[in-house]
Amino acid sequence: MSEPVANVEAPAAPAPKPKRPKPKSMIMIGEQTAALFENARLAKERGEKVGWSASIFPQEIAETLGLNVLYPENHAAGIAARHQADPFLQECEGALGYSNDLCAYAKLNLAYAAVLNGESEVELPDGGKMVKPDFLLLTNNICNQLTKWYENLARQLDIPVFFIDTCYNPFDYVTETRVRYVRAQIDQLIKDLCAFTGKTWDDERFKKIMEISQRNSYLWERANGLLDHKPAPIGGFELFNYMSAMVCNRGKESTTAIMEQLNAEMEESIRKGTSTFPVEQEYRVSWDGIACWPFLSHNLRTLKKYGINMVASSYGKAWAINYEDLDGMARAYCFASTNGDNLTTMLSRRLEALRQFDCDGTIYHVNRSCKVMDCQMMEVQRQLSELAGVPFTSFDGDQADYRNYSEAQFETRIQGLVEVMKQNKEAKNNG
Amino acid sequence: MADLKENLALLKAACDNPKARLDYYLAQGKKVVGCFPPYTPEELVHASGMIPMGLWGGQVEPKLAKSYLPAFACPIMQSDMEFGLNGTYEGLSAVIIPAICDTLRCMTQNWRFGVKSIPMIPIVYPQNRKSPASVDYLISEFETVLTMLTTITGNMMNEAALCRSINIYNEHNAIMRRFAQVANDHLDVITPKVRHAVFKSAFFYEKGEHTAIVREIVEELEKLPVCHWTGPKVVLAGITCEPDQILDILSENQVAVVADDLAQESRQYRADTPEKGGGGLKRLALQWNERYGCSLIHELGKPRGAMLVKMCQETGAQGVISCMMKFCDPEEYDQPWYENDLHDAGYHTVAVSIDQQVGSFEQIRTRIQSFCEML
Repeated sequence: MSEPVANVEAPAAPAPKPKRPKPKSMIMIGEQTAALFENARLAKERGEKVGWSASIFPQEIAETLGLNVLYPENHAAGIAARHQADPFLQECEGALGYSNDLCAYAKLNLAYAAVLNGESEVELPDGGKMVKPDFLLLTNNICNQLTKWYENLARQLDIPVFFIDTCYNPFDYVTETRVRYVRAQIDQLIKDLCAFTGKTWDDERFKKIMEISQRNSYLWERANGLLDHKPAPIGGFELFNYMSAMVCNRGKESTTAIMEQLNAEMEESIRKGTSTFPVEQEYRVSWDGIACWPFLSHNLRTLKKYGINMVASSYGKAWAINYEDLDGMARAYCFASTNGDNLTTMLSRRLEALRQFDCDGTIYHVNRSCKVMDCQMMEVQRQLSELAGVPFTSFDGDQADYRNYSEAQFETRIQGLVEVMKQNKEAKNNG
Repeated sequence: MADLKENLALLKAACDNPKARLDYYLAQGKKVVGCFPPYTPEELVHASGMIPMGLWGGQVEPKLAKSYLPAFACPIMQSDMEFGLNGTYEGLSAVIIPAICDTLRCMTQNWRFGVKSIPMIPIVYPQNRKSPASVDYLISEFETVLTMLTTITGNMMNEAALCRSINIYNEHNAIMRRFAQVANDHLDVITPKVRHAVFKSAFFYEKGEHTAIVREIVEELEKLPVCHWTGPKVVLAGITCEPDQILDILSENQVAVVADDLAQESRQYRADTPEKGGGGLKRLALQWNERYGCSLIHELGKPRGAMLVKMCQETGAQGVISCMMKFCDPEEYDQPWYENDLHDAGYHTVAVSIDQQVGSFEQIRTRIQSFCEML
């Protein structure tokens, strides 16, 4: 670690505590994830068509049709978090000829797909549980790189893409013409998917799935909201563990059970005044950007050292998608990801979160994989800091490429932020 | 009528000093609207009686832009932001920014808050062009652009003016395609640098004026004896192939450019606006559906490889230079595919890194020299 540049002494690390047992909700999510991959494998064995999907695609449609769908972004995050990304990144930038500049989720997945397609020989650390897809479900509400990534997968694997173009929102609302365009695409998607998979659309089932999805979104948002208690009942990073339920299983009752359990566990902690965050919560911060999966534990260790709990995140809440009908669905998916929204919308969402969760600071992840997050971040930082009166820091990292992160830089930046947050706190306490 | 040399010099001068072109139109009492790359509905600006002017950056070191964009953002956007912030673009009545890639999404917002003296008009082109609803959606985007143009500039268009502008733009498309063909018989005169200037200058002229100049150039070229070029012939692919020093390296190695798949050049002119099919706005929307072979427009099947093979076959090019704009992810996703397709068809490729802020060209020189030896 480099010499500290800020005049803040790190408190001594607490003595190691015995490992606490996994909460029931975490066991449930593990089972759900295993079932997702196993069901896809079994479906493939039965000769059914299996899809890969962008993470903020209206999955309720596939769920209504009873299709098995897997999520490359989620899968790539898992590989990166388990420090298994390197051979895939090397293969993608080497034999496959892609640029180092591209999104690391895409690079990981394109290399993984090449293995499934018999074009590469990288050993699959998970035994190939991300089974080879027969079709792709694409939306670009997160970014335009997804469009290119899926174009390439489609050619590589010679499979169709079912695309919903959600269009960036340069204005503070989703224009009605966007809603009409997206709604027309949803209607066409339903017809095309039925024709391709041989499944039949059932309106009643769709209504049921929508209800489940809405309930899950509500429960997810509620769980996120419970972090506004002091002390927050859990460490904010723990919520990242539950994201797969919302990303991959938003329309399933198993997610309802997990979310209810999670809410119950958090409420229990609030009642007892306890928290799973292992040290005293000196500071509350918001986290801007995707998790830095390869270094999540280093991030957490560093924050813990200063008693910083991440209580608000713009990222996880992207999957709290609320709507009541197909028009509403079209509007909601246009507006789901803040990557698809203009700066004023981003600001208002972040300002609301900073106030709701009474944050002392913001940490911006300058995610080298994600230009759409980075290329307007500096203006967001300036305006948000001024509006909220809350200091910020940023660090260089990546959602999946371990080469774009420096532990020393992260530690130094957090030290600097703590210095300012400490001064602010002292000033507040001194009136 | 100016002679060939004078006309070519005129267009080169426009590329070397676009600001002079801006000042020229402003002095005439015209309003000028800046158009960000790669596609904007220039016809709407033109039909409103104003001059659309392309904003393709330039060689400037980003200083002020560093407060808005990270180092790994597109070099053109870095330059455009710098020029916006340092006052180079003062005089423009507005800019139109197409949110067509992730960086351009953000540019709409950076400009909106960073360069408040020049209002920003966003446009978001549809990417699912197979959906019939994309046409109505795009018409509504055009209408938003028109409303904002009118509000900002006070200039309004009507249907007749739009139809006239569409004709002017189609005529311009046709003369640019004709120029590209005729140029290949005169590669001694139309060097890579000269060819580039003829294409790029289109962004700094009212299109009718540019058509007139290029038409004269074509007519003069046709009077010259055909040059049987013996050096290597190549196709350029990418966003741009700038600055001129790169094109000089091609000339030093007797390399001729016989076609291009550059966003700044021929991609602009591949698709005309249909003459029929509805009112002007609808026909413009239909033109968007006709565009092809561009990394920034969604198409299935990665068709650029086959398109480039065909271009090589038709022009006698022996290879393709991938002009890789630094940090341009749409191009980076296409490159491995079109290069593989070209290799499968027996064509050579070389990639050179394009950066508006580049200081040294030695690496590019070495790569081009090796490439020529291969050819």
